[in-house]
Amino acid sequence: MRIFVNGDQREIEPESLAVALSALGYGGKKIATAVNGRFVAAAARPALKLAEGDKIEVVAPMQGG
Amino acid sequence: MAFYGVELSSRLLLGTARYPSPAVLGEAVKASGAEVVTVSVRRESGAGRAGQAFWSFVQETGLRVLPNTAGCHTVKEAVTTAHMARELFDTKWIKLEVIRDDDTLQPDIFGLVEAARVLSEDGFEVFPYTTEDLVVADRLVEAGCRVLMPWGAPIGSARGLNNVYGLRALRAHFPDIPLVVDAGLGVPSHASAAMELGYDAVLLNTAVAEAGDPVAMARAFALAIEAGRLAYAAQPMEPRDMAVPSTPTFGKAALGD
Repeated sequence: MRIFVNGDQREIEPESLAVALSALGYGGKKIATAVNGRFVAAAARPALKLAEGDKIEVVAPMQGG
Repeated sequence: MAFYGVELSSRLLLGTARYPSPAVLGEAVKASGAEVVTVSVRRESGAGRAGQAFWSFVQETGLRVLPNTAGCHTVKEAVTTAHMARELFDTKWIKLEVIRDDDTLQPDIFGLVEAARVLSEDGFEVFPYTTEDLVVADRLVEAGCRVLMPWGAPIGSARGLNNVYGLRALRAHFPDIPLVVDAGLGVPSHASAAMELGYDAVLLNTAVAEAGDPVAMARAFALAIEAGRLAYAAQPMEPRDMAVPSTPTFGKAALGD
């Protein structure tokens, strides 16, 4: 299944956002997520099933003004 | 001074971006005496470590963080970013930026008011980055904002207070709302001028981070902000057009012909 993670195309098995994030190397990291422009809380990631073409944004703390 | 019920003794809020190194950032934060630092959220890859390292730094400082929605151009982007920031940093505070013009980074005040309303209703404590427009400020307060952050000048421009009259009017119109000059300051005298107008605090980033010696500049701004606040509280004299001798004329020796 084709999805986009931070703009990059990735192939994954059909699975939940939580499982996909773990497979993509985000396990245990301080991150926040949105799917198709909508915020997805950490607690909601296991129940969110990804679909073909989903656009996932994964962000982390960063310097800012 | 309090923001949303949180008492603070330092009137300097410091940004964390654009420093030459994390070590200089850490020293500058200490020299500034700031109790609040602004932070942001950005994409990170699964293998990336930058965000995790920065998070460790923030935790080590023990300071309160004010996350921003920098770079957002729509209400939807800003609201989603605010939600991500709330979860990441575990704070209801959000420095709300909705930008319209890329040359001046002037806020889209229509989107700003709308996003402020949406976020306030959702329990956020919003610090809106706005212009010095009085009516926009009024709309922001109506939308739920209990802090206002008008710009001094465009972000990163180092131009100082472009519209002193407008900033003064805002202060007079909102005596009970904490007002923070956010953006556009270049040198400590700009910050002091803002404080002399009766502003509650100043938010800085580039002026410190891009100084030749950011640590010394952080200290210089801290001193200027303290001086400006003291001067405001001491009630400066009014300017006048004509000279008035400071030395008494009474008792002067009559030495003429």
